Amino acid sequence: MSDGLMIEVANLTKRYAGRTAVSNISFTVARGEIVGLLGPNGAGKSTTMRILSCFLPATSGTARVAGFDIFHESDEVRRRIGYMPENNPLHPDMRVREYLKFRARLKGLSRVRTRERVDRVMEQFELTEVQKRIIGQLSKGFRQRVGLADSLVHEPELIILDEPTIGLDPNQIRSVRKLIKSLAQTHTVLISTHILPEAEMTCNRMVIMYEGSILAADTPDNLQRLMSGNSQIIAEIAAPAAELERCWAELPEVEHFDVAPVQGDYCRCALTPLDGVDLRPQIFAIARERGWSMRELTRSRHSLEDIYVQVTRREEEET
Amino acid sequence: MQAYLTLTRRELGSYFVSLTGYIIITAALFLLGFSFVDLLKQLQREPTPMPVTEMFYMTWFFWLILLVTTPVITMRLFALEKFTGTFETLMTAPVTDLQVVLAKFTAGMIFYLVMWMPLLGCVLLVRHFTSDPGAVDAGVLASTFLGIGLLGSLFISLGCFASAMTRSQVTAAVISLVFGSSLFLLAYMADQAQHQADWQSQVLACFNFFESMHDFARGVIDTRSVVLMCSLSLFFLFLTLRVVESRRWK
Repeated sequence: MSDGLMIEVANLTKRYAGRTAVSNISFTVARGEIVGLLGPNGAGKSTTMRILSCFLPATSGTARVAGFDIFHESDEVRRRIGYMPENNPLHPDMRVREYLKFRARLKGLSRVRTRERVDRVMEQFELTEVQKRIIGQLSKGFRQRVGLADSLVHEPELIILDEPTIGLDPNQIRSVRKLIKSLAQTHTVLISTHILPEAEMTCNRMVIMYEGSILAADTPDNLQRLMSGNSQIIAEIAAPAAELERCWAELPEVEHFDVAPVQGDYCRCALTPLDGVDLRPQIFAIARERGWSMRELTRSRHSLEDIYVQVTRREEEET
Repeated sequence: MQAYLTLTRRELGSYFVSLTGYIIITAALFLLGFSFVDLLKQLQREPTPMPVTEMFYMTWFFWLILLVTTPVITMRLFALEKFTGTFETLMTAPVTDLQVVLAKFTAGMIFYLVMWMPLLGCVLLVRHFTSDPGAVDAGVLASTFLGIGLLGSLFISLGCFASAMTRSQVTAAVISLVFGSSLFLLAYMADQAQHQADWQSQVLACFNFFESMHDFARGVIDTRSVVLMCSLSLFFLFLTLRVVESRRWK
């Protein structure tokens, strides 16, 4: 076993009565990485996280966290992880400070250490001003921060967050993402989400899951490169549509094109080049040569959203 | 140990920060008050050699309070946590299943005993107004409370077991009420059959909780009942532990 790995999952399978939630997945997470588990609802993300946090046993396969087996050394594992389940369950009848103190003591921190750490995380998550408030009366954003503060209070090596931004407003989402990013220097983070931009923005590496299996696992950039073979070029040029069409038809590198008039003299051309060709200099040269004025020339890079849709749809078609 | 104490404190605290705890205590106090009105009326009618605690037990309000309050005390212990999902954060903290079960049982037990404290007040009140100092004896009072505690631990552990089995507090309360009443009826049958000699009646006679509790209220501590109630409580706690562990085998 190498020291650099925080999570090692090998051939993990989880079957509920009659249904396979996770089938034979393997992946690793290195120390200090932020990894996103990505997939549509019901892909097996939460189940994977529940197994890793020792709440559920796996049907078969093994997993190690920080070198400890999740089944046989679950106590050691639980000491080292901070886990925030989906929907962030909290005790609504407790006060913020009281709750964090309770959780810290439960996780085995000494009295002195508890006070230190509770103060520290409340500061970190800007909870100090609501420390005396009852959790049930807090807004969702604050409650989410209480949940995050709880998962961090014992300074775990690994933080597992199941859909940490679900149900928040855009500002709160941004601040939660910022918090997660700020954890990156000192912790390993595994987050699950079905929102792509989120994973794209926060994670070093993504694991795309679909119906219990892993479809792809790589950095966001690599995934993009993998899929960007047929990116589109968009050009808006002031010229007659017929002439533009003739022009694109003559270019051998253009696989497919589409010309549509927009306001004024301008036409919007969407061009699909052959694999790996960048058409932009050629288009610019043509426009200059013919004296057409051009107001836009962009390459639309496939966002991860497309990749995600592609990957998951491909799978659907096969089945 | 630290986890156990922390959890017990939190469980106990939750009875008192919410209204439920006070409602249960008020309801118990109300019934207790009734039983003492009944008791004082009896005293007015004729003098009796019975100690006050025995007279209290003879009003049957004891069973009503026991049967009604224990399901309400225990129903939230596991069911609520499962329902809100905090069971997941609890079990993924470095605590053992045994610590969790014991902490919840302890908290339920302490609350149950606190609920019975007004009985002490009632008894002392009677003592204050009766001329006979022998009406209330410290030893008899202690054995009555021992009986209340032992039967309570049986019913609380039963309630823990019921609560651990479900996500719904109502279901938990109903299950423990049904089990609790079954025990009550078992005791009733045993009481009816106690003078018969066949072996079924002999076996049944072991579960005569009426007789045991009557003994405790009179100041008689029968080790057989102590052993029986302790072992039944342990049995139900063991079952609770198994139910909590069961998520690891599924």
